[in-house]
Amino acid sequence: MNLIVASVPYWGQTIFRVLGVLLAVLIPAGTIVYVFLFKMMSFMQSRLGPMEAGPYGSMQLLAEVGKFLQKEDLMPNGADRRIFAMAPIIVVTSTFLVYVAIPFGPDAVFGDYPMGIFLVLAVSSVSVLGILMAGWASANKYSLLGGLRAAGQLIAYELPMVLAVVGVVIQAGTLNLQGIVVAQNTGEIFGWGGIGNPYILTQFVALFIFLIAAQAELSQAPFDMPVAESELVAGYMTEYSGIRFLLFFIGEFASAGAFAAIAATLFLGGWGVPWVDWGNLPDWMNIAGPLILFAKVLIIAFFIFWLRFSYPRFREDQLQQFAWKVLIPLSLANIAVTAILKVAF
Amino acid sequence: MGSHLVPTDDLWVRVRTDAWAPAHEVLRDQLQMEYFCFLSAIDWKPSPFGKGEDDPTEPPVERDMTIRAGVAGGDTRFQVFSRVYSVLRHVGITVKADVDDESLSIATIANLYRGANWHERECHEMFGLNFEGHGDLRNLYLPGDFEGYPLRKDFPLLARIVKPWPGIVDVEPMPGEDPVDAEGAGPEGTGEAS
Amino acid sequence: MMSERQQLAYIAAKAADARVNVELEAEGMTLNIGPQHPATHGTLRIICRVDGEQIIWADPAPGYMHRGYEKLTEVRTYPQINTLVNRIDWLGSFANEVPFILAGEKLMGIEAPPRAQWIRTVMFELSRIANLSLFLGDMGVQLGAVTPVFLAFRDREYVLNQIEAATGQRFHPNYDRIGGLKEDLPKGWIDETKAAMVKLRHFCDQMEDLVMGNVIFQARTRGIGVIPRDVGLSYGVSGANIRASGVDWDLRRDQESPMAWKHADWKVWTHPDGDSFARYWVRLQEVRESTKIVEQLLSGLPAGSVMAKVPRIIKVPEGEAWVSTENPLGEMGYYVVSRGETGPYRVKIRSASFNNVSIASWLLKGTLIPDVITILASLYFILGDIDR
Repeated sequence: MNLIVASVPYWGQTIFRVLGVLLAVLIPAGTIVYVFLFKMMSFMQSRLGPMEAGPYGSMQLLAEVGKFLQKEDLMPNGADRRIFAMAPIIVVTSTFLVYVAIPFGPDAVFGDYPMGIFLVLAVSSVSVLGILMAGWASANKYSLLGGLRAAGQLIAYELPMVLAVVGVVIQAGTLNLQGIVVAQNTGEIFGWGGIGNPYILTQFVALFIFLIAAQAELSQAPFDMPVAESELVAGYMTEYSGIRFLLFFIGEFASAGAFAAIAATLFLGGWGVPWVDWGNLPDWMNIAGPLILFAKVLIIAFFIFWLRFSYPRFREDQLQQFAWKVLIPLSLANIAVTAILKVAF
Repeated sequence: MGSHLVPTDDLWVRVRTDAWAPAHEVLRDQLQMEYFCFLSAIDWKPSPFGKGEDDPTEPPVERDMTIRAGVAGGDTRFQVFSRVYSVLRHVGITVKADVDDESLSIATIANLYRGANWHERECHEMFGLNFEGHGDLRNLYLPGDFEGYPLRKDFPLLARIVKPWPGIVDVEPMPGEDPVDAEGAGPEGTGEAS
Repeated sequence: MMSERQQLAYIAAKAADARVNVELEAEGMTLNIGPQHPATHGTLRIICRVDGEQIIWADPAPGYMHRGYEKLTEVRTYPQINTLVNRIDWLGSFANEVPFILAGEKLMGIEAPPRAQWIRTVMFELSRIANLSLFLGDMGVQLGAVTPVFLAFRDREYVLNQIEAATGQRFHPNYDRIGGLKEDLPKGWIDETKAAMVKLRHFCDQMEDLVMGNVIFQARTRGIGVIPRDVGLSYGVSGANIRASGVDWDLRRDQESPMAWKHADWKVWTHPDGDSFARYWVRLQEVRESTKIVEQLLSGLPAGSVMAKVPRIIKVPEGEAWVSTENPLGEMGYYVVSRGETGPYRVKIRSASFNNVSIASWLLKGTLIPDVITILASLYFILGDIDR
């Protein structure tokens, strides 16, 4: 792989990288939308879901993309034009930036940063700005309500997410995502290296907190106050149509994929499996790595969406209470216990 | 002032106009009739349009326009009636009162029974009756600039005026039919609306 | 120098800023919930003044669906009004016909044969089940649980199939006639209906697990929208809403009526709390109870004809009659004034949701916006019932 990379000029590499990120973002987003949103949700509600477009409705997503592309570009009369246009782009951009740091294979990583997880957490909060902008610029009181609710909720749930990750970092000893993957797969549980040391076993509290915080970051039920369908129609996204709405939509599901990928990397062992020779990784690992990661992403996304279809939504103040009074103390306790045990063992 | 009793079934009582509100107070406090069922009005003057089924090609029908009131008697054109009920004793009573023809106004019971608020607003916009002391007699159903009082008998049902009742007169011949044959099909006709 | 267009644009921008400033300085923001809104069951508009997310005052403005029923009844004959009246509460539509037909029979002095009364009661309870099972799923979806409503629609189909088999129409059956029913039941209907009742009891158990047992649902409905007993009675709130406030009152049991409820063994459910959870709970138990009533009545259905001897053209003698029944939404009644013609002189339709929604302006003060949705969902009104 290094040979191939070395022989291509820099502008070629850039094109490869851009295409790669696009693929990395769109394929998980598309698969998640189809498998979970269309099919799993429908089966849980004892109906079939889209069946017409393509075999078993598999081309439905393409049909929807085509539909969105050919819609009229509406903008409400009193809307702030520039901010209205910028908002979806900001949301999607922050999702793309998350994918840059995720390792897909031993060499298949877009940017191997020494503080990878820190970058990911910082960048994922940029989407809050985009949502606030969308809510304000829509010139619609319902959108404004949705945007304000989203801002409160997303900021509140950043903290539990960060604190949950700290436990993993303590155990791995590094902020580098690639290093965390290697640490999990080469680690041993009390001397037995059969399945490595996926942090889900020791950090199950952190995983629990991380998944709940991710659910809130994605504005999925039970935390979908910002997009409360039966109250605010579509919250901050109400006034958007056509390509702009498509960008929000892609952003939402790509974020779901991104958070699931982060969770898979931090807790399930990322792109690796423990029973490969970790001293001398074969080259085909760069092809198998993304596929393994994808499988783990689907498992975690299953839980995210299962929770979404089953529960009613929290009220805003109950949501905030849950974050500040329950999740943050729990994650602080997790950090303390992890640190003590790390020193002890 | 008048009453009508159907044994084991129902009771109507008619009170004087100025006793409307005190009667409800008595019912609520002493007879424990806390549940407010409804309040409405009747216009006893028959409609000059009948059922809107007149043949527009014939001269207008002469109608009997005398005001005859219903059970428990009545002297005026408009009467308000309300029903309250006791959930403990399972007894209800219908109270009627005449509304003075000139002032078209009667006391409100919205301070005694809170539900009467909306019912009195509806009565006001439908019949044009004023409820003294209500304070907020806005339109409930009708748009703000509606003219006229729909449930009064002299307010025509516009659908029947705009388009004549099809059972009486065939305004248009059916396609392919001779206009001579289509005329004068009565209500026992084929039942096809034209 | 600015051109005229630029000047106008400048003035408009300043005016827009001024409007925003006025709104920000004034106490709260005026929010219109409706008339087109997913949470209101139809076109109900609630004008709220909101401070942040808390309601300062709320004013329901009905009338977007006012069809002028009371004026229409003055020009129609009794069988025609039967068709009209089906459409007031369109989810449990047979239940609207019954009080009207009973009023007509009372004025004419006719009694329908026992078989007709029993079948009427069975159909009445079926329409109650159809109406309330939708509510059980619908309250979930108003709160965000998108799955139970599909189960509700799926299981409601069993009841609607039975209604269609007997009357020919899923909604608006138009099955009742003065003096009895349109026609007798088809063959095999009784067994199918009993099977459908078993399925519906299973559905109630599912809803109890899925919705009522859900901790988030309970957190969102317990203590929200409490209607005290005396305020509720003063507003005229009826049906499951007032039974959830502890009032033990059910017109099926407490009123002398020719219908067949006294022939079945059933219970009236009340709940002391009076909050939204109580209203959901009471309606769930009522659906279960209705299935039992249907099964008992179908087991003991008397033989005979379903129509009494009535003249072909129905002329109702002079008089006034008031009949009310315990409809799925509450107490529904008709005050029929007759002058001896083929049609009534005046019909006053007392619909349950009218009073149930009038309490909203009192109830919504000081609540949060998500709670508004919860309260409206739990009060359960149908727009056709409010606006007639």
